[in-house]
Amino acid sequence: MSATAPISPTVAEAPARALVEIRRVRKSFGAHEVLRDVSLAVPEGTVTVLLGPSGSGKSTLLRCINHLETIDGGRIIVDGELIGYRQAGHNIHEMTPKQIARQRRAIGMVFQRFNLFPHLTALENITEAPIGIGGVPRARARARANELLDRVGLAAFAGHYPAQLSGGQQQRVAIARALAMDPKLMLFDEPTSALDPELVGDVLDVMRELARDGMTMIVVTHEIGFARGVADQVVFMDGGVVVEAGRPEDVLDHPQRQRTRNFLESVR
Amino acid sequence: MTALHDATLALAPDATDDDVVAIPLRRPWRWISAAVVLLLVAAFASSVLTNPNIDFAAIGEFLFDPRILEGVWLTLLITAISMIVSTVLAIVVAAMRLSSNPVLSTVAWFYVWAFRGTPLLVQIVLWGYLGLLYAKLTVGIPFTDVVFWQVNTNELISAFVAGLLALTLNQAAYSSEIVRAGMLSVDEGQREASYSLGMSPLYTFRRVLLPQAMRVIIPPMGNETISMLKNTSLLSVIAVLEIYTQATVISSQNLKQVELLIVASLWYLFMTSVLSIPQYYLERRYGRGTSRTLPPTPLQRVRRALATRRPAPAPAPETKEVSVV
Repeated sequence: MSATAPISPTVAEAPARALVEIRRVRKSFGAHEVLRDVSLAVPEGTVTVLLGPSGSGKSTLLRCINHLETIDGGRIIVDGELIGYRQAGHNIHEMTPKQIARQRRAIGMVFQRFNLFPHLTALENITEAPIGIGGVPRARARARANELLDRVGLAAFAGHYPAQLSGGQQQRVAIARALAMDPKLMLFDEPTSALDPELVGDVLDVMRELARDGMTMIVVTHEIGFARGVADQVVFMDGGVVVEAGRPEDVLDHPQRQRTRNFLESVR
Repeated sequence: MTALHDATLALAPDATDDDVVAIPLRRPWRWISAAVVLLLVAAFASSVLTNPNIDFAAIGEFLFDPRILEGVWLTLLITAISMIVSTVLAIVVAAMRLSSNPVLSTVAWFYVWAFRGTPLLVQIVLWGYLGLLYAKLTVGIPFTDVVFWQVNTNELISAFVAGLLALTLNQAAYSSEIVRAGMLSVDEGQREASYSLGMSPLYTFRRVLLPQAMRVIIPPMGNETISMLKNTSLLSVIAVLEIYTQATVISSQNLKQVELLIVASLWYLFMTSVLSIPQYYLERRYGRGTSRTLPPTPLQRVRRALATRRPAPAPAPETKEVSVV
């Protein structure tokens, strides 16, 4: 294990190594091709925002990165490790659920509909995985969970059940729950789409802070303001392909492709 | 604006007429229907209590007869064993039904179809006759001569075991559908969230899916337990000495059929009433997080009532007289 130096919050320095490499990934649901030869690299410590109309394949791509969806071809590599598959000869073969579960511990995910465990309190939601599968002692897991709740501004809500929290609070607990496994990578699947407009800000603030702390993040969102302010890379997808990718000021302000321009006009 | 002002002024002189009390509709039929029903209940009660053909002393005498108590014990034992074993079996059958393996799900479907589609009474008698069907029971490798263990069917399958088998296998068919409904009630997002945290499928099932499914499973399973307790009486056809059989055996000697049926019924009522207590607490436990506040338990209710009664009610604040004029 090499001790990685603390990641500087400024990104404009020497190109960091790619933490996530997506190479020629293909995926179909029946006859419908959702991803066609998608390739993408996400440098360590950077934020990538995936934009695109619904059905463009951006959520599916995100779900492939932690193998919630299988792929039909290509490779997804996170931190040098092939995700969900093992290379054998020319082809790659799917791993067992146990092996995949081990890989997923390093990849946090936040869902559009929060998916908190309704039978557990906010604190228990956060400690369940570290205690149950991470082998962290109970007392230490609880202390860390309280720390994380404090970080997302919910220190006073440790004993609340999800049903007693607002959508924005639930989503922040969900972020804390994912962070409790100390992931190297965080995936956000439309984290603010199910929220009332006045609650979106709190969730985005937590994500901004996370980005400032150097977390590598891939975010599917329609929040153009967030993409402009936080993203290091914006990727526009449509019809299962990457149409355009680059720095936010380039893709958002000077899009090269007509499809990108049309989309940006429609969300503006 | 001025018109409205004028209208208010115009109403003002009559304002005292509006100081009236709203009286709810009188409902005489409530009183009449209640009186009629009470009269019928009283007539029935007196016809039973004053009936010279019922020997009340015998009911008291046999209520705690050792044979009856033995029957009660056996009824409880059969209920407990069948419910526990059938629930384990039901989880397996439900998992098979939900499996993407077509062979497993089809076999599970047929199991439920067969055991739910034939009367329990018929199944009980059939298991009682198992010795006619298979003289010997063997444990070995199917379709080979390899035998690990062999026994005469009638030695192993006593009436008690046959009864247990019948009740358990029948109940598993019903319970598996309840378990399956419970599993289907849990949102798919729960599984994804668990997997994304690195939980294995088994861990996810045990710690995330099952506790949530239990909320849906427990109320109908409480019903099934109570049904099971009463269905044990069907084992009288293969002479298992549970409480109903014991009662009929005794009444065949002393000819006090009605009295002993009352004795058995009193015991059934007592046992089913007691069974609803653990159900209440289980529902409470698995209901965590679903409602914003859990209702108090009966014990908490009693404590709260005592606590509020103890201090003398605070004297009402003196009403300040408000002069209107």
